[in-house]
Amino acid sequence: MRFLARRLAYSVALAIGVSFLSFLFLQLAPGNFFDEMRLNPQISTQTVNQFYKQYGMDRPIFTRYLCWLRSAAKGDWGISFAYNSPVAPLILARSRNTLLLTGTATMLSWMVVLPIGVISAATRRRRPWFDHAASLTTTILLVIPDLLLALGVLWLAVRTHWVPVGGMLSQGSEGTAWGQFKDLTVHLIAPVLVLVIGSCPILFRHVRAAMLEVLDAPYIRAVQAHGISTSRILFRHALPAAAAPLVSLFGLSLGSLLSVSLLVEVVMNWPGLGPLLLESILARDVYVVIGAVMSAAIFLIGGLLVSDLLLFAVDPRIRTEGMA
Amino acid sequence: MKRWCKIVVLAGVGAIHLAVLFAGFVAPYDVAQQNRAVPYAPPGHIHFVDARGKIHLRPLACAVASRPEAPDEYFEDRNECRPVRFLIRGEQYETFGILKSNLHLFGVDAPVKFFLMGTDTYGRDVFSRFLYGGQVSLFAGILATALTLALATILGTMAGYCGKWIDSVIMRGAELFLALPWLYLLFAIRAFLPLSLNTKQAFLLLLTVIAVVGWAGPARLIRAVVLSSRERHYVLAAKLFGASDLYLIRRHILPDTYSIVLTQATLLIPQFILAEVMLSFLGLGIGEPAASWGNMLSTLQQYSVLVSYWWVFLPGLVLVPICFGYSLLASDLT
Repeated sequence: MRFLARRLAYSVALAIGVSFLSFLFLQLAPGNFFDEMRLNPQISTQTVNQFYKQYGMDRPIFTRYLCWLRSAAKGDWGISFAYNSPVAPLILARSRNTLLLTGTATMLSWMVVLPIGVISAATRRRRPWFDHAASLTTTILLVIPDLLLALGVLWLAVRTHWVPVGGMLSQGSEGTAWGQFKDLTVHLIAPVLVLVIGSCPILFRHVRAAMLEVLDAPYIRAVQAHGISTSRILFRHALPAAAAPLVSLFGLSLGSLLSVSLLVEVVMNWPGLGPLLLESILARDVYVVIGAVMSAAIFLIGGLLVSDLLLFAVDPRIRTEGMA
Repeated sequence: MKRWCKIVVLAGVGAIHLAVLFAGFVAPYDVAQQNRAVPYAPPGHIHFVDARGKIHLRPLACAVASRPEAPDEYFEDRNECRPVRFLIRGEQYETFGILKSNLHLFGVDAPVKFFLMGTDTYGRDVFSRFLYGGQVSLFAGILATALTLALATILGTMAGYCGKWIDSVIMRGAELFLALPWLYLLFAIRAFLPLSLNTKQAFLLLLTVIAVVGWAGPARLIRAVVLSSRERHYVLAAKLFGASDLYLIRRHILPDTYSIVLTQATLLIPQFILAEVMLSFLGLGIGEPAASWGNMLSTLQQYSVLVSYWWVFLPGLVLVPICFGYSLLASDLT
């Protein structure tokens, strides 16, 4: 329990720190939303000044940060200049889509990587061709930049019309719930494919390394001597023992996954945080930028927290440490 | 992996770097030179046989032409061929901003233009733009790595050597930077800089932004090395002889970090090259008319370009051997 509380407090502190950091960076910005408004001859200077005051831009940074914190606590997350509405609803819909994309991708890539990594490590001595093939594929995939991967998949999709790209749902797809679900799934294929191919190589290497370490341990030999079947040894005895580094990898890999997802969302027009962030940067809509960055940070911090909790569950050493 | 295979890859990557460094000499045309009559012309071929069937020893390049009724269907005008000449005088260019010259590696005589990698929307030579763009993309990556490692070494050494509150302040700061997905962080920092800049300013700003984003990871590693090397007996001995802190760091501790700094460099350079490419691709980096691999790729965001003109992919494809070369270097160092 102490462990849990400590992790939680740390996560909250980290989130607040990140918010202050991003606030600081953005407030150092030389231009702001209203500078561009000033250039518009149809809006009088007085109106702009009034807006400027209304949004509290004339107050010092620290006051504005406190105001923003208060508004974040209220659930507004500041106000968007461009939409003239609270930021939270804008962000919420977009983060849901990003979460859908990255969540599906994470699940799928672990489902692909775990069996391949385990088999690759297990058959390394008797049938090395599988391990060789898997390692070669990983090496090749590792040097292909994510941007190129995204463009390549996009090219394939546009060229062949196998799967639709752009957006989440086809136009006019107001059919049944099942029809909508099918439509969504088909739209997910291309972006998820990029994310899965992009994240698999590194995951594979770690799974393989972790399994290799465990498979050489004496207790596996002991289990083998008891005549227990290979698949049971691998998935019941070896994999749980190798789980600890993989669980922390889950948290760490989330950061790069979110980054790639940002790119994929923009390239494939997925209505997630990525396009919103880009749009708000170009419009100098400060609070939306902070909101988008903060939600990405919260995803990452949340992922790290979850992986810590999982680690607590799978690794008895940490549990006993927590008790002491 | 075979030794000769490695050498071939590394030599190829080295050649790309050299060609990019001397872009003015290798590129036949200027970055911004437009040929509005031939947008998206395919890569040109060279011939050794002319229209009348005569064999030439010197390679020939033929003019790109199209019929008025179908302006986007290009063919080679075999009657309008000129030999490809090497080391010829052409347009003026500057190398490193000081050396003025007009000597080009290759070129074709006046009416014919030879596009080795085809042309883009405005009929600009993709090969020339690729080389000039590399000056931005490659060297932004390399310089940003140098900057970030300098920053990481200073902060990591300070944290590891001084310990106490300095250590905890720097390491908490690093955790803050690591708590953001790095592309989001890159965007967030980019967001506070002015949007439209001239090329030189944009280049310097990109450099700084990328460097600021990346310091946290290497700084942690360097701190760990410094922490262990601080406890070595020879450091203690030197201290007892009355060596100052600065001398200890410079003479005994920093040399321990060199190997990790070098491996980090080979890992960070491709990552930072990609960072520049991504920013320019999304319109937050180097703007037109200057070239960067990122902004050359950004036309691929239009589906019509994406499926029709494969040569626009070339500046992206070259990233594969470059990443491969650096990862070979990294695996050799570790």
